[in-house]
Amino acid sequence: MSGKAAGGVSGIRLSAWNLLLLVPLLMLVTPWFNFDKPRVFGLPFFYWFQFLFVPVGVLSVAIVYVMTRHKRVPTGKPDRPAQENLDEGTGR
Amino acid sequence: MKTDMIMAAGPGSTLQWPELTIFVLLFVLVSVLGFVASRWKSAGSLDHLDEWGLGGRRFGSWVTWFLVGGDLYTAYTFVAVPALVFGAGALGFYALPYTVVLYPIVFLPALRLWSVSRSRGYVTPADFVRGRFGSPTLALLIAITGIVATMPYIALQLAGIEAVLRTMGVNGGGLVGHLPLLIAFVILAVYTYQSGLRAPALIAFVKDGLIYVVILVAVFYLPAKFGGWSHIFDVSQQKLATPDPTTHKPSGSIVLGSTNQLQYITLALGSALALFLYPHSVTGVLASRGRNVIKRNMMALPAYSLLLGLLALLGYVALTAGVKPIINAATGSADSNTVVPVLFDTQFPAWFAGIAFAAIGIGALVPAAIMSIAAANLWTRNIYKEYLRKNATPAQEAKQAKLASLIVKFGAVAFILFINPQFSIDLQLIGGVLILQTLPAVALALYTRWLHRWGLIAGWVIGMAWGLAMLYGIPNPKTGRAHFGGSALPLGNLSIFGWHPFGGSQLQIYPGFVALVANLVVAVVVTVIARAAKVPNGTDETVPGDYHADEHDENLRPVGGSLTSVEA
Repeated sequence: MSGKAAGGVSGIRLSAWNLLLLVPLLMLVTPWFNFDKPRVFGLPFFYWFQFLFVPVGVLSVAIVYVMTRHKRVPTGKPDRPAQENLDEGTGR
Repeated sequence: MKTDMIMAAGPGSTLQWPELTIFVLLFVLVSVLGFVASRWKSAGSLDHLDEWGLGGRRFGSWVTWFLVGGDLYTAYTFVAVPALVFGAGALGFYALPYTVVLYPIVFLPALRLWSVSRSRGYVTPADFVRGRFGSPTLALLIAITGIVATMPYIALQLAGIEAVLRTMGVNGGGLVGHLPLLIAFVILAVYTYQSGLRAPALIAFVKDGLIYVVILVAVFYLPAKFGGWSHIFDVSQQKLATPDPTTHKPSGSIVLGSTNQLQYITLALGSALALFLYPHSVTGVLASRGRNVIKRNMMALPAYSLLLGLLALLGYVALTAGVKPIINAATGSADSNTVVPVLFDTQFPAWFAGIAFAAIGIGALVPAAIMSIAAANLWTRNIYKEYLRKNATPAQEAKQAKLASLIVKFGAVAFILFINPQFSIDLQLIGGVLILQTLPAVALALYTRWLHRWGLIAGWVIGMAWGLAMLYGIPNPKTGRAHFGGSALPLGNLSIFGWHPFGGSQLQIYPGFVALVANLVVAVVVTVIARAAKVPNGTDETVPGDYHADEHDENLRPVGGSLTSVEA
């Protein structure tokens, strides 16, 4: 474990893609959708609008998952050891 | 006259044999699965908590999906959410935003928790706190909070089974009335004792399969039968707007009102923040094989949320169908949790209702098993090993956890037998507020050690005390109860030592959320003081790399029970 820590993996990895995880929180702003009309399939706006956020949530997580998948090593760190580059090159 | 006849032939009055037969058959099937499970995917002996309590830490994506799905979306949820919509309208729909914002929020922290637990061999959230802050006291507080919040949750699963049994006519009073439940629970206790987490994992396949079939059929068949969703919503709006005979106010509306929007938001957000702090959720996460398994599940688990949202709407179908909740023979009052079972009983042929009831009944067994395992793990790791027997071997730990799981389950049965079920519902409401107070010590600590351990302890104490005080002070005019009447606190009643910061505002808010804010403020203030006074902050046994460990890493700590055996 200590060997890995010395290998340059920082405590917290930041990625701009992670910000996408905030998008589903928009469904908590109730004044935007607290209406009966228009209805779709008989469901008031309040309900079908929130149902739409199920795929929105899935998509946000999916994009973050795919876009951060291969970042085993944090990029933009000039001092990362050559050993780590080799590991990344061989892949999994 | 007419209502009398319906009452006599209605659900809950006589034994419904076809439904009972199907229920019992499916119950026997999952019991067999529970016993067989001990040999499923097992690599080592069950004499280690990694094996008994976490299924060997090697569940793949599918198993985890069924297990965590069966764990989070409990039978009680499936019964209580439509019941809430039935009684209050749109507010009950908070379950959907709750379970949608949940996964994006916990996506990253859950991965860090899995990695650090895998690296360091943590089995419970309190284990992590112990290692992170070197503070057995803080870990003990977290463990006790977890156990106290979990116990009534298990009791509620039993209440879910009883709601179903009552609908099928098994509605006796006294001890005999509880006998079927007791039998079901003895079987559950024995196979959980024997197979550990593998039992609910295997049974979850059956449970979730049944639930999906039943709910999908119900949400497409029933609306058509009652004239379509539009008609159902119109009728429901009318019924909810009719003033209640006791409170003389409308009981709800199909959209949110002027005072309960903040309540809706904070209840959804507060519940989402709390869910993965519950020990049984953590158990489900830690049992998975690697980070990718968790990531895939955070994408796939919302399938259950969709189902829960659809199910919530059945509350309106029940309103339109004129469902009357069954009177609980044990307590003598109407049990609103019987709304969905009664709807199924009256609208579907007996064989299908039987399958639906089995789905709810089995649906209660899975989370009950996982919760009792999680509580047993907490007891063993953070109380027994920490305070009673410091040098316990892994085999002794496993033995202790098995025994503790039995005690936890029979404690839950005692809850149902000797205490008014309403008390379990109160406690579960309280439990949500309590478990939320562990957020700074568990979730924030995954990212930073800035908060001082004494700050976290002080915040916990304040959050707990104030949260409880607020819940105690909420009356329920509908049932005439003076305390623990619900989770809606008018902001105007919010008092800080007699100071009312929000004047006479009628806006409602979730007290758990208010308590969490107070908890954080106190934690920060005490941290600043403790740091200024240079109070020691314990030693952190984790290193930054631990939080990114993954299944194929070299030097990864071997999983407990499989040390002596070949990896499958």
